[in-house]
Amino acid sequence: MVSCKEGPQQLSKIEGKQLPINASLEEVDSIASFVAPFRNRINEVLDSTLAYAPKPFLLDDGKRNTSMGNLMADIVFEEAAPLFKSRTGNDLDFVVLNYGGVRSIISEGNVSARNAYEVMPFENRIAIVEMSGSAVRELISFLINATRRHPFSGMQIVLDKKGSLESVNIQGMPFDENRTYFVGTSDYLVQGGPSIGFFKDTLSTTDIDYFLRNAIIDHFRKVDTLNAVVDDRFIQLD
Amino acid sequence: MKRRDFITNTAAASTLVGMGGLGLSSCSNLGGKKITILHTNDVHSHIDPFPSSHSQYPNLGGVARRATLVEQIRNENPNTLLFDAGDIFQGTPYFNFYGGELEFKLMSKLKYDAATIGNHDFDNGVDGLLAQMPYASFEMLSANYDFSNTVLDGYVKPYKTYVVDDIKIGVYGLGIALDGLVTKRLYKETRYLDPFEIASDMERQLKEEELCDLIICLSHLGYDYENPQRPSDTQLAQRTSHTQLIIGGHTHTFLEKPDVRINQNGDSVLVNQVGCYGLNVGRIDFYFDATKKATAQGVSISV
Repeated sequence: MVSCKEGPQQLSKIEGKQLPINASLEEVDSIASFVAPFRNRINEVLDSTLAYAPKPFLLDDGKRNTSMGNLMADIVFEEAAPLFKSRTGNDLDFVVLNYGGVRSIISEGNVSARNAYEVMPFENRIAIVEMSGSAVRELISFLINATRRHPFSGMQIVLDKKGSLESVNIQGMPFDENRTYFVGTSDYLVQGGPSIGFFKDTLSTTDIDYFLRNAIIDHFRKVDTLNAVVDDRFIQLD
Repeated sequence: MKRRDFITNTAAASTLVGMGGLGLSSCSNLGGKKITILHTNDVHSHIDPFPSSHSQYPNLGGVARRATLVEQIRNENPNTLLFDAGDIFQGTPYFNFYGGELEFKLMSKLKYDAATIGNHDFDNGVDGLLAQMPYASFEMLSANYDFSNTVLDGYVKPYKTYVVDDIKIGVYGLGIALDGLVTKRLYKETRYLDPFEIASDMERQLKEEELCDLIICLSHLGYDYENPQRPSDTQLAQRTSHTQLIIGGHTHTFLEKPDVRINQNGDSVLVNQVGCYGLNVGRIDFYFDATKKATAQGVSISV
């Protein structure tokens, strides 16, 4: 027994390679059958029709705003405003999201919860940020100068021919730099901090315990037909 | 399973020796030993293969197929360990619906030995991760996340040692900076410690106190960044002295072959990462000789 003890080991050679997982590998039956009932349940929930899309909702169909971005921002406004009002007594003024946060378009046809998972795969919640008028002005400048078409709702921005700010209306009223505003958004943009650019300076943040994806699914359940178009919420005069 | 016969943790290994269990393996291959390390990273809840209509990865991946591959390799070499470098969670509705339970149960069925924690493994908070711990038969390793003021206190170890065919293997975990990447509400009082400093501590401990023959880091730092001060696997490889293999994740880097870097001692270090979504498994084979031929002229590496 002792005689075959070899003492310290010396590493002599290393070989490395990458092995692809493809159809040439059979499935282990016990693993496949373990997963199957979970997959079936998920498909059942995700694929039941909740609403109808009469046309595709796209992320590149308008110059300054898009039908898919508008749909998302409008959904967040509609679903979050009543909840925020009942929690705090305050009115939601407008909603701003990030273009990159809308992860998918919605194709024409039946709409299911699967669409909501494609559009919003992450576990982000709706956050309501209280901002000073001057911070809102900075946010508006950020939106104007951004190269991406960040979705918003409840606000209208009009630029003149040269691209300078012509007017801003929030809930149909001219923007007032002397008051504070309540802005709905994704907690990702708030907690991402100043480097993301959206919310550099905030007075308070309210978590309404509402996942963005759940707001989308709730909206799909509520309406028969999805409705959003490229509109005049963000335009440049010509 | 039978695997316990040849892969045991340190404490159990000494028992085995005392009981005469040594006869199982150590005399049989005096000519040399081979340890196989298998690894995945950033599987992101991809349990099923991608559909054949998928534009990027048609009909690729899938955990039931991975199970076959792992089984084949274990049959070929029982002295095999299986690791994951984090971001096990988030990416398909399996996670949204079941919170990671399936992912952990399946990794346990595949007999993973250990995993480190990726930023997305915090997606349901420290509480969400804790809730899935009962389903993990493998070890969660992280040396630079201090969980002592969170519910995960005691559930995550900095390192673990394995004795496989009398070769002692030390494995430690490293995670990425959480601030700015994960919301504070999720990681709570988890403290992120400098991965370079912690790695030095870990490898010294594994080398000098645990007397490991092989030292492996499971890292979710990311492969390489422009800024050399930003912790990455390539920087880690160059700044450490005893770590021989860095199994990486986070950046979803598809390396054509493992990268070879030179460490502080002038020795080679392998850095590997196999993309994401369970599309690949990395395989590194380590061959050991007894030190009778004391003048080992370095290590031959073929990748």
